[in-house]
Amino acid sequence: MGSKDARRLFLILLFMPFALWIILLIALPNIGMFILSLQEKVGPRVYTYGIANYVEFVNEPIYWNTLLRTATISLLVTALTLLIGFPVAYYIAKIAKKQSKGALFLLCLIPLWVSDLVRAFGWILLLRETGVVSGALQWLGLIDQPVELLYNDVTVVIGLIYTVILFMIVPLVSTLDGMDDSLVEAGFNLGGGRATVLRRIIIPYAMPGIVAGCIVVFMLTAGSYLTPILLGGKNSMWFTEQIYDQFITRYNWESGATFGVLLLVFTSAVVWLGLRLSGQTLAGTVAKS
Amino acid sequence: MARRAPHHAFGRWIYRGYVLMFFIYLAAPLVAAGLFAFNDSLFPSLPWQGFTLDWFFSDEEPKLGMFYDDRLLRGLRNSFLIGIAVASLSVLVGTCNAFLFERGVFPGKEFLYILMVLPLVIPGVILGISILVLASTVANGLEDRFDISLDLLRPGVFLVVMGQFAFITTITSLVIAARLRKFDYAMEEAALNLGASRARVLLTVTLPYLKPALIAAALVAFLVSFENFNTTLMLVGSDAPLTITMYDRMVKVGSTPVLNAVSLFLMIGSGFLALISIIVQRDKASRVEA
Amino acid sequence: MEYDLECESVSKRFGSVLAVDSVSCGIPSGSFFSILGPSGCGKTTLMRMIAGFEEPDSGDTRIEGQSVVATPPNRRNVKMVFQHLALFPMMNVGENIAYGLRCRGADKAEIARRIDDVLERINLPGVAHREIHQLSGGQKQRIAIARCMVLEPALLLLDEPLGALDLKLRESMKIELKQLQHRFGTTFVYITHDQSEALVMSDHVAVMRNGKFEQVGSPQELYRHPQTAFVAEFVGDSNQWHGRVAGRDGSEVKVEADDGPPVIGVEGGGQNLAEGAAVRVFVRPEHIRMQPLGAAAEPAPEPGRNGEQGKIDSLLFNGGNSRVLVRTASDRLIEVDLPDADSAAELREGEDVALSWPRARTMCFSSSE
Repeated sequence: MGSKDARRLFLILLFMPFALWIILLIALPNIGMFILSLQEKVGPRVYTYGIANYVEFVNEPIYWNTLLRTATISLLVTALTLLIGFPVAYYIAKIAKKQSKGALFLLCLIPLWVSDLVRAFGWILLLRETGVVSGALQWLGLIDQPVELLYNDVTVVIGLIYTVILFMIVPLVSTLDGMDDSLVEAGFNLGGGRATVLRRIIIPYAMPGIVAGCIVVFMLTAGSYLTPILLGGKNSMWFTEQIYDQFITRYNWESGATFGVLLLVFTSAVVWLGLRLSGQTLAGTVAKS
Repeated sequence: MARRAPHHAFGRWIYRGYVLMFFIYLAAPLVAAGLFAFNDSLFPSLPWQGFTLDWFFSDEEPKLGMFYDDRLLRGLRNSFLIGIAVASLSVLVGTCNAFLFERGVFPGKEFLYILMVLPLVIPGVILGISILVLASTVANGLEDRFDISLDLLRPGVFLVVMGQFAFITTITSLVIAARLRKFDYAMEEAALNLGASRARVLLTVTLPYLKPALIAAALVAFLVSFENFNTTLMLVGSDAPLTITMYDRMVKVGSTPVLNAVSLFLMIGSGFLALISIIVQRDKASRVEA
Repeated sequence: MEYDLECESVSKRFGSVLAVDSVSCGIPSGSFFSILGPSGCGKTTLMRMIAGFEEPDSGDTRIEGQSVVATPPNRRNVKMVFQHLALFPMMNVGENIAYGLRCRGADKAEIARRIDDVLERINLPGVAHREIHQLSGGQKQRIAIARCMVLEPALLLLDEPLGALDLKLRESMKIELKQLQHRFGTTFVYITHDQSEALVMSDHVAVMRNGKFEQVGSPQELYRHPQTAFVAEFVGDSNQWHGRVAGRDGSEVKVEADDGPPVIGVEGGGQNLAEGAAVRVFVRPEHIRMQPLGAAAEPAPEPGRNGEQGKIDSLLFNGGNSRVLVRTASDRLIEVDLPDADSAAELREGEDVALSWPRARTMCFSSSE
């Protein structure tokens, strides 16, 4: 009976850091942000509660256009990342020989260990007017004057894919790795063509990995800041930039908090929908990647 | 199958080419960022002006090397200190969380587990501003009512550490919990049976078993903290870490190859740490197999 | 007699399951005691209560005469070899063995001396610096025992430690364990579901079922005089038939078998079988004598024996343990031991044979248990 009490005490002690962490750094801040988003400034240091900030968001096309644009590009990036990443993951998991497999996988992880900033910086060096690609094209004689490849949507998408593709490949490789080769062989053996085998056997098998990858990629893209700002320039119109702007530049915390809440609600809704449609759980998917 | 072989081989070459292209795509910006550190020019761009190490070791303007650039060095030091603080804190709390969720039996466990994973899917910018909002509200309240000024709650190193800790703890918890899950509980009973006290069992059996995961978690936490930008940006004060210093330099001053030098330094540094974490994990794997 | 371990009506309940149901026993000092039972019979729970990992709901446990119910597991002078040994992989052999001594605060020279001594006794001198993963399965086994024995416990508990070994090694480890026990002179309590392990090694065996000790005795007693149908079935091999009591004569009962001719047997376990009661009849293969049936010679029914005729269905050659399957006229299969391996060569499938076995070896138990 004494040991039972001791065990309970121990459990409570273990629970303390968890509770402090989640309450002080996750729950309260988000609640605080939500409350702040409901405050309206009616005079210097005088506030009332209301939904004026949200009304303003709806009434100002530039705001919701930015959110829509962020959402569309994020979904596009997610789809493209899956499309580009899947063959690579399949190659690493199923086609590469055993020795080269680990090496290729590590190669995939290398950019993960390098700061976002360095990666974006690298792209700037490659793509700007005086950059490597422009120089190479001139040297090849394909163009006769320097060309600016930065500050357009295609570059932003390329840069974003670069930033997030590892988070697609890693869960895909670990899922596909678990697939028995004989499944594919049986598929061919039973007379399936390549397309059939891919559609009926491989993709359904890889579905948990696909969902996990897509969720993480979407969250990272929608929440990214550096890549769209640096590669898209001043007019990149990215929603996180809008939030930063309200908070730091305009010092309008109320509307910044409103935007924060909107982004959080929006991304959570997409993730929830994705989990719902695929029948997976958050704990299962994210813990895997 | 033989009939399809030629088509097969051709397809395979295309496939390989595609994978190769992909890896070039992965490597290109990193190579570019690294190589221009050695360009003897004031701008990190073509044409190539010849090889130099000035951007690392020169001590005079205009080619002030990174090891003589006080602001960059200060940023490096700040990043380092923040990284250490975040790694220690998050490993500590992550270990508690791992024990809590692997060993504990309590109501609402599944819901709390989701809460534990949640910080990973909250965008970093939002994590940053929400903590900023709370900290400022508390600080303002204290100032208005009790006339106490708590600088700790104003943007600065402490808030940066808190912001990074908030989501990195999820990562460390998952890494350590995964290792703890494989632990054979009988080993603790065996130690107890041989006469060890509970505390001794923890120190001599359980924690040594977790050691590879603790080291790996600490390295990952340090790296993620070091390279974090989004959360940090919202919480940073006057003592900016390296990524923020570099960003300021890039946007406000314009880039010189010293930024490439820092980039290369970071790549080598984090590559080294990543290697250690892989070796630590592999050692564990080979032991388990044996 | 002196007892190292005594249990007095020990019970343990998990939810609605009574895992250990009022078990009492005394284990004499220096003996090899086995607890034998199928999985889920409560033997592991009983052992964990002795080691202190579970608290009994009621009853008392005494080690060397002292009640230990209130003693935490790390203060009991009972050491345990775990099912998967639970050797510490992050320590080498010497550190594993030193672990308990260090907990007691022994000094370095003492520890070194004791390690050398115990390694000598388990016939593995000089392995103190090896890593655990460098040892073979049998060596790990012995190190796990040494790790406990170096502490000179009153009692060593062994929780099916041979289960993970392959067959050949398991056979030799049985003998090894028995010898180790002799050498150390410590009381061993061995848990197993494998009846041959229990019979080969033990001085005493307790057969456990549904949380209770069904029968406690020497291996010979259990084998020759099982007290219940469960023990008769679980210990050793038997031919088994179902039937009803048709009449009795003194200690002998006549059983009308469900699918064969009537047999006469004795009541097992001192029970009193009523006429008409459903019974199970057990006959061990080695008690059945088989003779070729000559074309003319009908063997005379011997007094005090049951007999039946049949054809050899198949030969089950297994060296010294070879058997014959005989299909009787009533179409049931009877297993018969061959006296020696050579006689298998003289037998042919399809051959007519006469079987006979003593009534005194025909054990009848009520099947309602």
